[in-house]
Amino acid sequence: MPETTIPAAQIAGDKFEPKIVAFFCNWCTYLAADLAGTSRTRYAPNIRVIRLMCSGRVDPQFVLDAFAKGADGVLIGGCHPGDCHYQEGNYKALRRVRMLKRLLKEMGIEEDRFRLEWISAAEADRLRVAVNDMVEKVRALGPLRLQVPPEVFAEEVNA
Amino acid sequence: MSGNGANGVRVGVYVCHCGTNIAGTIDVRRLAEYAATLPGVVVAREYKYMCSDPGQQLIKEDVRAHDLNRIVVAACSPTLHEKTFRQATAQAGLNPYYFQMVNIREHDSWVHTDKEAATEKAEDLVRAAVRRVKLHEPLERKRVPVKADVLVVGGGIAGIHAALTLADSGKHVYLVEREPTIGGHMAKFDKTFPTLDCAACILTPKMTAVKAHPNITLWTLSSVTRVDGYVGNFTVTVTRKPRYVLEDLCLGCMECIEACVYKQAKTPDEFNLGLSKRKPIYIPFPQAVPQVVVIDPETCIEFKSGRCKKTCVEVCGDRKSIDFQQQERTETIEVGTIILATGFKVFDAARIPYYGYGTYPAVYTALEVERLTNAAGPTSGEIVLRDGRKPKAIGIIHCVGSRDDRTNRYCSRVCCMYSLKLAHLIKEKTEAEVYNFYIDIRAPGKAFEEFYNRVAEEGTLFVRGKVADIYPDPDGSGRLILRAEDTLLSMVRKVPVDMVVLSVGLEAHADAQEVRRLFNITCANDGWFLERHPKLAPVNTFTEGIFLAGCCQGPKDIPDTVAQAGAAAAEALALIDKGYVEMEPNTAYIVEEDCSGCKTCITLCPYNAISFLAEKKKAEIAEVLCKGCGTCVAACPSGSIKQHLFEDAEVFEEITGVLNYA
Repeated sequence: MPETTIPAAQIAGDKFEPKIVAFFCNWCTYLAADLAGTSRTRYAPNIRVIRLMCSGRVDPQFVLDAFAKGADGVLIGGCHPGDCHYQEGNYKALRRVRMLKRLLKEMGIEEDRFRLEWISAAEADRLRVAVNDMVEKVRALGPLRLQVPPEVFAEEVNA
Repeated sequence: MSGNGANGVRVGVYVCHCGTNIAGTIDVRRLAEYAATLPGVVVAREYKYMCSDPGQQLIKEDVRAHDLNRIVVAACSPTLHEKTFRQATAQAGLNPYYFQMVNIREHDSWVHTDKEAATEKAEDLVRAAVRRVKLHEPLERKRVPVKADVLVVGGGIAGIHAALTLADSGKHVYLVEREPTIGGHMAKFDKTFPTLDCAACILTPKMTAVKAHPNITLWTLSSVTRVDGYVGNFTVTVTRKPRYVLEDLCLGCMECIEACVYKQAKTPDEFNLGLSKRKPIYIPFPQAVPQVVVIDPETCIEFKSGRCKKTCVEVCGDRKSIDFQQQERTETIEVGTIILATGFKVFDAARIPYYGYGTYPAVYTALEVERLTNAAGPTSGEIVLRDGRKPKAIGIIHCVGSRDDRTNRYCSRVCCMYSLKLAHLIKEKTEAEVYNFYIDIRAPGKAFEEFYNRVAEEGTLFVRGKVADIYPDPDGSGRLILRAEDTLLSMVRKVPVDMVVLSVGLEAHADAQEVRRLFNITCANDGWFLERHPKLAPVNTFTEGIFLAGCCQGPKDIPDTVAQAGAAAAEALALIDKGYVEMEPNTAYIVEEDCSGCKTCITLCPYNAISFLAEKKKAEIAEVLCKGCGTCVAACPSGSIKQHLFEDAEVFEEITGVLNYA
């Protein structure tokens, strides 16, 4: 196989490491990530967590902005349906995610790059599985290369 | 306070080593050096323990020396030390919200092994925080008074102890229990390990104290059906099922039970786990609290046909304490804090078919044997089989429904010890040979190991191995054969016994998920209620003002349950005595001139905090009702709803920061 002839270090160097922006709710998924920490659950270092009080706080613009600024994937984590700390914020998140999925598809952004996961405060392992799976899938897709240079972005926004 | 001094925004970044917890994985020096290069950062340091006094002192001195006006600390999770550092920021003379915490321990160094990747991640997170903190606005925490009354849910030993502790300190307690009596599982036990105190002797005085206490309102046959509000100000609806006996009038003379038209008791007695029978009108057990009879409408003739002679009413006479018309009632109470002490259920032994529980009459659960050995139990303390025979050999099987991939993987913690106790009690009362089939003997506790040795010296036999099968002895003697691999002898043994005791584990209640939703708390995977921190906040939940006591949080023995109940009471008292709670200022607000009056937000709010001002054609948010979820903020089409602490601009800065964009 041709791969075996390439030095290992070079494979590692060439390996595309996706960057995934994650919006986690304060009560379930953020705490699951904390629990993953205290229980030393290992997962891929590709996610960057932004804490919000509720998945219902995730403005669709946050997702679009993340993609526009170079995220290869966006993950939203909220409480399981029925378990929202604010009763039903996660349902609102679900509605927005469905809308966004259609929009992102139209824009040519692959489905695997955007994900909503219900992860409770006790489910550190579910978090690990979700993150690792997403990182693998996005890695397989390759870089999104959607990042617009800041000056162009600024120009378009201000136009 | 504008926050931005004459010199503009000046950020100080502090990277914590947390010993080697962070520094072992993340290159903290490189991280601090990197932070120093970020625009707006005036000082960046790394320090062994930022949460220590010298660590906090570092921040305070730097604020003075370098005229800092924003602080970023990269350390553990904000759930642990955000408060600490906000306080340090405030003590340095800044608004406490001019602070941002970066979680590089739980979310980084503890979950990643690749040092380079972990350090890069930390750099991204610090960059995001620095960008974000520059936009922070000064905020004030609002104080809300805490109501002094407390709700305790569950009247087992945990609930009883918590209620008495609080009541003794002068607070009013509502104790809600769904059974007709308080006492819980402990009331069913005979003796308690390892001291062999009689459970009833130590429990019943506390039960009567509950009933007699002027500060305790005891509601049995009741359950919580609705919880509204927040820490300090909960509104709780309690549904009280009818007892069909007026509690205030009934003396507990029990003449009605005697007089019931059923001359023979026919219904399996719940308290004795079906080992005896009761009548439709009954008292759960002699020391029940309240000491009042109860009518079971499922079996009472009057409820079934309406044509009973009602001899119970006759014998009650002028007291008129029986009321067939009693209806379900609801009570609404206002409390400041809630203690959940809802306990556990024992593992259903029928789930393991090869142990034959429910098939072979000689197979008992340990709780049933507790009732058999109890002098107040169905056999007056005599250990006899269902057919009246006295067992000559008894096998106790440990870990039934515990430490097993097919049922529950956790150890139920109490089974080893109660099995040893039952072995001792059986030895004391009978001539029987007692075999303990165990995986390991777990006796970690004060005087536990000594108790184990004592039981072993008394002649109880121990076989290390799991029983794989139970079947009738083919010799027709009526005995059961326990087949197990004795792992110390490396051989399969077949032990004939007359009686089998299954040491069943503890499980969360079947309705734990509903209860959790009702109180807006979390369950761990096995259904036990999740504590805020396994070590440092073991009785707190993630919902402020709601505390846990006893086995609803996980299996534990009586001393640990009582200790935890005391701790939960102390936590509640601490809130009540302070008198107020400070609310996180993360509420949403409307920029009125931008509001188009579209009303999108109004239906979204689960707390009805948003109203529409018809004359102005603008939406308005009642700050006291807003809990800060931010759902309306994300939905507002004109961007006129904003949220303190989570402003759109702040989140966008974080996004830009983590992606190192511009």
